[in-house]
Amino acid sequence: MNWSWFHKLGSPPHLYRIAGGLVPWFGWTALVLVLGGLYGGLWLAPPDYQMGDGFRIIYVHVPSAWMSMAAYAFLAVSAAIGLVWRIKLAELAARNAAPLGAVFTALTLATGSLWGKPMWGTWWEWDARMTSELVLLFLYLGYIALHDAFPERRTGARASAVLALVGVVNLPIIHYSVEWWHSLHQPATITKFGAPSIDTEMLVPLLLMATGFTAWFATALLMRLRVAVVEHERGAAWVRALGVRNG
Amino acid sequence: MAEFIAMDGYWMYVWPSFGLTLVALIWMIAAPWLRLRRLLR
Repeated sequence: MNWSWFHKLGSPPHLYRIAGGLVPWFGWTALVLVLGGLYGGLWLAPPDYQMGDGFRIIYVHVPSAWMSMAAYAFLAVSAAIGLVWRIKLAELAARNAAPLGAVFTALTLATGSLWGKPMWGTWWEWDARMTSELVLLFLYLGYIALHDAFPERRTGARASAVLALVGVVNLPIIHYSVEWWHSLHQPATITKFGAPSIDTEMLVPLLLMATGFTAWFATALLMRLRVAVVEHERGAAWVRALGVRNG
Repeated sequence: MAEFIAMDGYWMYVWPSFGLTLVALIWMIAAPWLRLRRLLR
């Protein structure tokens, strides 16, 4: 296999160009999947026998929750690669995944709160699922703060990578919290052993939203990487050729 | 249509959830797009 495309990613102008070429593909895929998921979830799926139409919050809450954890896993793996092999692209990917993951986490907490009020009678409960998801938000914010606290960017990348790796312990805690502790939150419906306990008409839009959110994350990350390389490479000939003024 | 908007009486929970999500998704794309456009100007 020819790996030259991979090695070229280490070169900022190539990364800028390759990411720019990928953005429309991921972007349009994300938009189509999310619009399809919204149509299926809000319109086609039948109401839940217990929650009526209130259950439709699932179509934004659950994909956000999955993404909040997937983005963290991506961040941690990228940070680890950056830490071990000193690959700049991995450091950039980790730092730029963080705000996206933080937004998905905040969204999970907000939509969960909006779902909890009518169904459980409370906006918030300090139980394991909700508390560990809140800790995830603080991990993202702490990672960003620590990363940006050093005058030298690569020192910050190394220090914050260690925090990101320690934080990985929170992921299984979030996932298994509903089994390990008593919780208001319902246990897993989709990712359990055996068939998912949800009707196909309800499940398909959920999967569309989940894949759509993943593609959305990829699009946003690629766009952020392009901004990051232009900002870091200010003054370089190829950036000046794009029309960016020095300083 | 009115029935759709009412969401079984859960409209005040369902629509803010979808609204917030929409705002967040748009921000994810718009923020880097605007930033790059400003840089390239």
